[in-house]
This record gives sequence, structure tokens and C-alpha cells, in this order.
Amino acid sequence: MNHIIALIKKDLLLEIRQQYTFYGILLYIASTIFVLYLAMNQPEEKVWNGLFWMIQLFICVNAVAKSFLQESQGRMLYFYTIAGARDFILSKLLFNAGLMIIMSLVSLLLFQLLMGNPLQNPIRFIGFVCLGGCSLSLVFTFLAAIAARARQGAALMAIMGFPLIIPQVLLLMKMSNTAFADIIQVGLWQIVLLLVALDVLVIALAVILFPFLWKD
Amino acid sequence: MQALIHRKWWKILSIVLLLYTFIAGLLIPLPYETAYANSNLYESMRNFFFHVPMWFSQLVLISVSLFYSIKYLRNPDPIYDIYATEFARTGTVLGCLGLITGSIWANYTWGTYWSNDPKQTGAAIALLIYIAYFVLRNSMTDMDKRSRVAAVYNIFAYFIYIPMILILPRLTESLHPGGKGTEGNPGLGGSSLDATMRLVFWPAVIGWSLLGTWISTLRLRVRLLEEKKHSA
Repeated sequence: MNHIIALIKKDLLLEIRQQYTFYGILLYIASTIFVLYLAMNQPEEKVWNGLFWMIQLFICVNAVAKSFLQESQGRMLYFYTIAGARDFILSKLLFNAGLMIIMSLVSLLLFQLLMGNPLQNPIRFIGFVCLGGCSLSLVFTFLAAIAARARQGAALMAIMGFPLIIPQVLLLMKMSNTAFADIIQVGLWQIVLLLVALDVLVIALAVILFPFLWKD
Repeated sequence: MQALIHRKWWKILSIVLLLYTFIAGLLIPLPYETAYANSNLYESMRNFFFHVPMWFSQLVLISVSLFYSIKYLRNPDPIYDIYATEFARTGTVLGCLGLITGSIWANYTWGTYWSNDPKQTGAAIALLIYIAYFVLRNSMTDMDKRSRVAAVYNIFAYFIYIPMILILPRLTESLHPGGKGTEGNPGLGGSSLDATMRLVFWPAVIGWSLLGTWISTLRLRVRLLEEKKHSA
């Protein structure tokens, strides 16, 4: 546990020291949503919802991709010897989940400002956005580890990730639809639980498989 | 497995079962209710003996591929990696065939080749996943690393894909049998399969799976011979 906290602290410090990456992603979010605004103006709710989650997907690929690519081979070996692979992947998963939740909230704010506000139930939607950002980041963090191992960038991550992320995205769209109107979705909590279960599955797979990935 | 590759009995069994599938599948009387009275399936229903078993055998083959990927991670022997690759490859080919036969059938009964049915989507996703698997493999040159990273992705993808095909059909309505309303069925609409059809269907599943295995083992033997030639 101490190792995990130390590793997250290290990631945080790096993020604070090299702020250009953080601002880079923020700028990425701002400019994508601005372009969307110019192209679509203020779309109806269904389109709004779809666009929002698609943008989350792209933000996630970009925000998470660097998490493994920035570490050099030597530094990896160092972490591996002092902390062990499991602690390392857990710290990355947690850190990226936090990062992605912040990014999702920022993009939600920008969406509200530029693309209009069709939300009837904003608090619920914010909850879904946090959960969604978390779910997306988990899958892409592990894929980033694979892509980094293959010495490839975000392109390979997208190829590998987009088919795999479909269940999460569909579940998210389905549950966030309920935040736009006073409709009652049958089994809403079942869907939320299903998504949480998928997240747990992804974490378990990552923890089991990561040591094999980094063994040299 | 090593010993089974060279055995003949299961290859003969595969031929017999597939001959049976083709003959019985094209000749047996179809259940009047499901084929004529309540639907527009008519004789196209016979595609059921070809299209669905292809899917089943794709699942069987990618499961075998998963098995060898796990085996590779536990004991990094390059042979296991070749097994995993070849089974995934044949599985993908059968998936393509399943998709094509399904689309042709869909065109006759649902009016269009592609109608965004959850099972069609699931099928397309499987193809994308396994094509990504081969792209990932080919992006690395170091043999040892390639095998390990590919095995990790194979396992990760499989365990996300299986829940996916269980979840997807339940989220939206499906045109497939058993897909009305919210009780979307990930497999077959169990009740729509009558006793005579079952007698052809399950042998067909085994036949196609064995044929897929056979093709995989043939490719495998070629690969192993190549390896031997290179190392000699």
C-alpha cells in the first residue's frame, strides 16, 4: 500500500513539474470541443450525449497514452525492483482514473458552456461522468502498457481499445440518457452495477496480466 | 494435443459429420410453425445449420487460442505461441464466414445485409479484436517479446469479449430469435429449436469445430517445420 501511494505521489510530482503535458491535454479538450461547437452549434440531447462520450474516448486515449511511454526502460526496471509489478500497475490505474475524472469534469464544463445544457438531472450526470471517466481510463491504461511494450503510440492503443471499450461506452450512453429527461430507465442500477463489475474485471485482469508483460 | 495432431479418427469424424450436415441439413423437413406459418424464413432457415455452427466453432477456436496463450505465459515455450496464433487465425476466418453467411441470410429475411443487430455488432467487434491482435503481433520484431505481449492481449481481449457478447444483446432489441423486448438472449432462442433441427445442429457444431481445428493443425505443422528448418 505504501508503495502504491509513493508511486502515485511520484506521478503527481512529475505532473506538477512537467506541466506542459497536463496543459497539453487541457488544450486538446478545449480545442476539440471548440471545433465541435463550430461544427454543430447546440445539438439535440441524443447527439449531445453521443458526442460527449465519443470525445471522452479520444481524450482518454490521449491522456492515458503517455503514462507508460514517458517512462524510460531503465526507470521501469528501477520501479520494478523497488515496488513490484502489481503495485506499479495499481498506482498507474489509480492515478489515471483520477486524471481522467478531472479531464471528464473539465470537458463536461466546456460542453455546458459551449454546446448548451440539455441536462435535466445534472447531479446524476456528474456521477455518471466520474464513473465513466474511471471505466474508460482503466481499460486504456492497460492497453497503454501493452502499446508501450510494443513501442507503439496512441494509434495502436486506439486500434486495440476501441473494439474492447464498446460495452462500457454503450452502458454509459444508456445510463446517461436518463439524465436528459424524466424518463425512468428500467433497471438503471443494474446497468450501473454491471459497469462497476466490468471495471472490477478489468482491474483484476490488469493485476494478473501486468507482471507477465513487464518481465524481461 | 501433440499426439492428437497426427491421429486420423477425429479428421474422419469431421468429414462424416459435415457430410451429414450438408445432406441432412438440406433434406430434413423444416418445422412448419417456425419456418412457414409464423415467419418469412421458409427454406432459408436451412442456413441455420451453416451460419450458427460457424459462430460456435469460432468461439471454440478462440477459446483454444486463449488456452494456449495462458499456457504460454505459464511456460514460455514458442510452440504454444504458434498454437495460439494459428487457432486465432482460423477462428477469425470462421468468424468472417459466419458474418458473410449471416449477412446473406439477413438480406433475405430482414431485407438488408446489415441492420445493426447486437449480434451482428458483436460479430464485427470480434473480428476487429482479432485483427488488432495480428496488427499488434506484427508491430514487434523481437520473437520472445512479441509472443508474450500478444498472449497478454489475447487473454485480456477474450475476457472482455465474452462478457460483451453476454451484455450487448440485453441492451437493445435484436432481430435474432429470442431477442424481443428486454430479454435479449445471447445465444439461441432456446425454444425455437425443435427436436429434428437439434439432431442436425449439434453434430454440425462439432463438425465445423473439428474442421477448424484440422485447418489450424495443418498450418501449425507447416509453421513448426519452418521453425525446424530455420533452426537447423
